[in-house]
Amino acid sequence: MSDGPAAGFFPAGRRTALTGWGRTAPSVAEVVTPMTREQVGAALRRRTERGVIARGLGRSYGDPAQNGGGIVLDMTAMNRVLDADLENGVVTVEAGVSLDRLIELFVPFGFFVPVSPGTRQVTVGGAIGADVHGKNHHAKGSFCDHVLAMDLLLADGTVRTVTPDGDPDLFWATAGGMGLTGIVLSAVVQMTPIETSLVSVDTDRTRDLDEAMALMAETDEKYTYTVAWLDCLAKGRNLGRSVITCGEFARLDELPAKKRGRALRFKSGTLATIPDLVPGRLPNKFTMGLFNELWYRKAPQHKVGQLQGITAFFHPLDLVQEWNRVYGKTGFLQYQFIVPFGREDALRQAVEKISAAGAPSSLTVLKRFGPGNPGYLSFPKPGWTLTLDFPTNTPGLVRLLHQLDELVLSNDGRMYLAKDSRMDPADLARMYPRLEEFRNVRAKVDPDGVFVSDQARRLGLA
Amino acid sequence: MKDALGAPQSLLILGGTSEIALHTARKLVAERVRRVVLAGRPSGALDAAAEDLRGRGAQVEVVAFDAAEPETHEKIVDEVFAGGDIDVVLLAFGVLGDQESDEQDPVAAAQVAQVNYVGGVSAGLSSVKALRRQGHGSLAVISSVAAERARKANFIYGSSKAGLDAFAQGLADKVHGTGIHVMVVRPGFVKTKMTEGMPDGPMATTPDVVADGIIKGLRRNATTVWVPGPLRFVFSALRHVPRPIFRKLPI
Ligand SMILES: Cc1cc2nc3c(=O)[nH]c(=O)nc-3n(C[C@H](O)[C@H](O)[C@H](O)COP(=O)(O)OP(=O)(O)OC[C@H]3O[C@@H](n4cnc5c(N)ncnc54)[C@H](O)[C@@H]3O)c2cc1C
Ligand SMILES: NC(=O)c1ccc[n+]([C@@H]2O[C@H](COP(=O)([O-])OP(=O)(O)OC[C@H]3O[C@@H](n4cnc5c(N)ncnc54)[C@H](OP(=O)(O)O)[C@@H]3O)[C@@H](O)[C@H]2O)c1
Repeated sequence: MSDGPAAGFFPAGRRTALTGWGRTAPSVAEVVTPMTREQVGAALRRRTERGVIARGLGRSYGDPAQNGGGIVLDMTAMNRVLDADLENGVVTVEAGVSLDRLIELFVPFGFFVPVSPGTRQVTVGGAIGADVHGKNHHAKGSFCDHVLAMDLLLADGTVRTVTPDGDPDLFWATAGGMGLTGIVLSAVVQMTPIETSLVSVDTDRTRDLDEAMALMAETDEKYTYTVAWLDCLAKGRNLGRSVITCGEFARLDELPAKKRGRALRFKSGTLATIPDLVPGRLPNKFTMGLFNELWYRKAPQHKVGQLQGITAFFHPLDLVQEWNRVYGKTGFLQYQFIVPFGREDALRQAVEKISAAGAPSSLTVLKRFGPGNPGYLSFPKPGWTLTLDFPTNTPGLVRLLHQLDELVLSNDGRMYLAKDSRMDPADLARMYPRLEEFRNVRAKVDPDGVFVSDQARRLGLA
Repeated sequence: MKDALGAPQSLLILGGTSEIALHTARKLVAERVRRVVLAGRPSGALDAAAEDLRGRGAQVEVVAFDAAEPETHEKIVDEVFAGGDIDVVLLAFGVLGDQESDEQDPVAAAQVAQVNYVGGVSAGLSSVKALRRQGHGSLAVISSVAAERARKANFIYGSSKAGLDAFAQGLADKVHGTGIHVMVVRPGFVKTKMTEGMPDGPMATTPDVVADGIIKGLRRNATTVWVPGPLRFVFSALRHVPRPIFRKLPI
């Protein structure tokens, strides 16, 4: 244990209304943007009884990175790389650095982030807070499986260096702990070696959900990265038709000779920004039905070895900035759940219900998880995870989601806290059987509940 | 905290035995509301209301609150908020008075204003202060269509609601943009114990319908809710009727 930060100058906070990526349920907090550890410590000391929470890039869909009436620490100005071992790909970074930046900096040196969500506009702190997963979960686990150590500012103002071996309780309570154990100041991350910045992609189109599940079960062992995009509006025989993409970073010898000279080239950037003017009902059953149809038709029946860039394969949505504005003022929500292997029927029923409700889920993604890690509130466990996007003004949405909740619960499944914006607090303990253990660890390091978010209050998390 | 679909989890009712408020509470408890605080003058009816909501799965607290004692309001409200966040405050207390006899009894008439308007001012401000401290939440103030224009048949009650209504509108504008939402509810004639024994007014409605209007308004952060909706047009027309004619209208 080291000494706490010295008294620091306190950057002025602004009272600001914050939401998550879904742009629902705002609350007003004092947002402080510290640039140093000392400033984080100073902000912590200035807290009221409404407490403090860290915020990364606000890519969680609901309210875990907001704290009405209290202090929200916008960590994005703490974005320095503190150390990099380019031999072994071990980097020490401040928590506010984005995965986008890590990729930009280290791909040219032959290292990719160990785990990447569907957007790279997330911070390392947020990736730890939600213990995020990517297309490689079945092979490589989730983000915190690759975190070797982190510096955590605790409620009493001290900073502790936490490692999985040295302090497993605190480490695994922080991994997926939604910011409720303390402020991650910096982390040591094991990056993944790559020979090229291109991904060799195999694509398959399946006629229905069963075919998709069968194919995924078969291909998972062969590829590091797999995911299926599902057409949730297709009905009847086509129920759950999918486009499955599997990939592997290409080896140098897989590149055409003329490309080998700049095999590790990578350029971040975007194509467009959605203006904040969209009237509210752009994605609806009809536009989404059309979109899904096109996406499905566009995909090849079967194609192997296509070389794709990092953005095209991992983060196609990042090409358009602020795409959440497409949903207009009323916002949208994501519903991501997992059901264990052996409960394929539940998955089928879920897709049937969504299809029958005609709810326009634009981004429906199916993925197989491998074994989970010891994270008390970490989401992944072996099974199928389905991710759905719904505009909040979808008719009948409350009922549909309620039915899905029941289905998930009765099949030993759970929902992802980083996507949650509406789950029933009564379901929490059933979904996360280690909740009580999490609370015990937290009670030791934060007995007064200094670290608290709107989500924590809404769900009674801590 | 309201969820992404606008469903609140906690509710404070000022005027805990109000039929309109209790219908609203029952519907909200059937959705996501778990914590309900009933603030009112202690009575068997207040306890029974609490019991009823408990039976529906809510955790219910009962606190003593008298609208006619404004000096006590801030402390009472603060204690409720100290026990946990409140997503919605429903300011529901009110007295109708008896126009005919109150005209002969100035003190009784002033008591109507004391509860409906003065009590509304202190309870409304206390609530908004607490909501601002927590950074989110709604205050719904039950006014009345009677606030739109004072009628000779019930101007004592009407003027008290007019004061409350104007106060709540101003308050709503004052807090606009601070994350707090203030909504004015204007019901017409509602069949509750307040109007028991009176002949139904035009477009008479039920507390159940008013509750639906309140919940819908909360969900879309409305500034004004009329129940039933068309009364809005009736009353904006009445508002512009010239005095000599208005005076003679049988309303
Ligand atoms: C388009 C899109 C696709 C996505 N795809 C995936 C996916 O494939 N897989 C997946 O797992 N997730 C996915 N997500 C969700 C996203 O990865 C997580 O919500 C992630 O936590 C967001 O990181 P952030 O930096 O924006 O954190 P925020 O959303 O700001 O915060 C998330 C949580 O982390 C905590 N936190 C943030 N910084 C710190 C810190 N320094 N110390 C302590 N706690 C902290 C916060 O308190 C909060 O509880 C996706 C999101 C979007 C918008
Ligand atoms: N019914 C209608 O036609 C109608 C129409 C328009 C507007 N409104 C308004 O709607 C609101 C609710 O009325 P309602 O129809 O539900 O009638 P209600 O059941 O009679 O409710 C009135 C409530 O006000 C409370 N109250 C009165 N004086 C109080 C005081 N000094 N301190 C604390 N609480 C006090 C009453 O509590 P006690 O149990 O202690 O008396 C009762 O809970 C009122 O503001 C009313 O003016 C009603």
